[in-house]
Amino acid sequence: MTTQPLPEHPDFLWRNPEPRSSYDVIIVGAGGHGLATAYYLAKNHGITNVAVLEKGWLAGGNMARNTTIIRSNYLLDESAAMYEHALGLWERLPEELEYDFLFSQRGVLNLAHTLQDVREGVRRVGANRLNGVDAQWLTPDEVAEVCPILNVSPDTRYPVLGATFQPRAGIAKHDHVAWALARRADELGVDLIQGCEVTGFVKDGDRVVGVETNRGRILAGRVGLAAAGHSSVLAEMAGFRLPVQSHPLQALVSELHEPVHPTVVMSNHVHVYVSQAHKGELVMGAGVDAYNGYGQRGSFHVIEHQMAAAVELFPVFARAHVLRTWGGIVDVTPDASPIIGATPVENLYVNCGWGTGGFKATPAAGWTFAHTIATGEPHPLNAPFALERFTTGALIDEHGAAAVAH
Amino acid sequence: MLLITCPWCGPRDEAEYHYGGQAHVPYPGNTADLTDEEWAAYVFYRDNPKGPFAERWMHGTGCRRWFNVLRDTTTYEVLAAYRLDEPRPALPQAGGNR
Repeated sequence: MTTQPLPEHPDFLWRNPEPRSSYDVIIVGAGGHGLATAYYLAKNHGITNVAVLEKGWLAGGNMARNTTIIRSNYLLDESAAMYEHALGLWERLPEELEYDFLFSQRGVLNLAHTLQDVREGVRRVGANRLNGVDAQWLTPDEVAEVCPILNVSPDTRYPVLGATFQPRAGIAKHDHVAWALARRADELGVDLIQGCEVTGFVKDGDRVVGVETNRGRILAGRVGLAAAGHSSVLAEMAGFRLPVQSHPLQALVSELHEPVHPTVVMSNHVHVYVSQAHKGELVMGAGVDAYNGYGQRGSFHVIEHQMAAAVELFPVFARAHVLRTWGGIVDVTPDASPIIGATPVENLYVNCGWGTGGFKATPAAGWTFAHTIATGEPHPLNAPFALERFTTGALIDEHGAAAVAH
Repeated sequence: MLLITCPWCGPRDEAEYHYGGQAHVPYPGNTADLTDEEWAAYVFYRDNPKGPFAERWMHGTGCRRWFNVLRDTTTYEVLAAYRLDEPRPALPQAGGNR
């Protein structure tokens, strides 16, 4: 394994058009999900009179701030179907978009440190296999074969008792994913409009007919929200509530190192997840800061805890240095599953609530959200993820089930 | 890290506290009459404002008592801390530019 130079990228990947006065569909938010939605609206449904409005710069929110982990080893059927669909799309997108965004299927280990972790992991491996998701249960010795730098000795405070392993999981270069989707969406006729903040919604009764922005009013047949941490702010403008809470989620990288870490390692119990980027940085993250926050920053003790966990698992990291830390704003739902579907406002659709795990779902979020907007009906994959589940009680309770603590 | 002033113990680091989400959410009085929508609103829906937010904190490594904090969710500035039997204070007026 050697470090790889990043591919050269061309000067311009998309036009920067002025907004037109109206579109068939407006997507709010040019992150991964918004761009994937626009791409699939054009590709799968032939809807190309589309604008993606972005208040900042393209893919500058959570798409620039995640730890790039891609996996589909979720416990529950609805989640496994969604994330496995995403993983299938990831596997073909580099060729389809003609852009090598360094999707590297290096596998993910989810470590078990307690008897309860072991039972949960073995159960999840079984559930994954039944759902067609590749999954294995590894003993500590087998874990050490996959990731030799991991400390699997019994002399640690929380010894590694085993791990689940999904070989098809991996990482991708997040910026390049966004640029690949943006370039192709632009080629298909989608207007990507940066520096365009939605400040209100134009409604005709209970129906949305456009948006107010800092660059004027733009009319639309349908509007889709893909604004992650700011979804509640937009919903309030549109006159409805969402059951989400926005939290800071922090991550960090070390300086560049020679390749030492061949896979992705996640641990709920000591709570850190770590991979090594293609350039060589160790990339790590953990859980959200407990408090609500829109500040794109969190508290340092959260960073301190995840580094302590990382050094516990990887003694070799003790001499690495933190290069940068940062935070994004993630919108967390009560059942830790996303909301994709209709809203109480006619012709207004929402894709939100992905919490800490939205990046891996990017293509499936776009695929299902595009279907929902284009047809007015949910795709079978996102039908269970409707807003109504919080009233009917048909929750998809991934808290504690999704192989990661939220 | 936040510096939060416990109404009983004084200013302490955030790490001494536990977070409890939105404050001033009363248990519904007429539970037998609630619709599914009203139950959903009580159980699952909370305000999520960008700006001042009244929220509960518990001083876990101090007096272990719950209290309320008024905090700005954008700047993270703690605007006020007050006991559960006190009403939400009016926002402090710092000059004319807030």
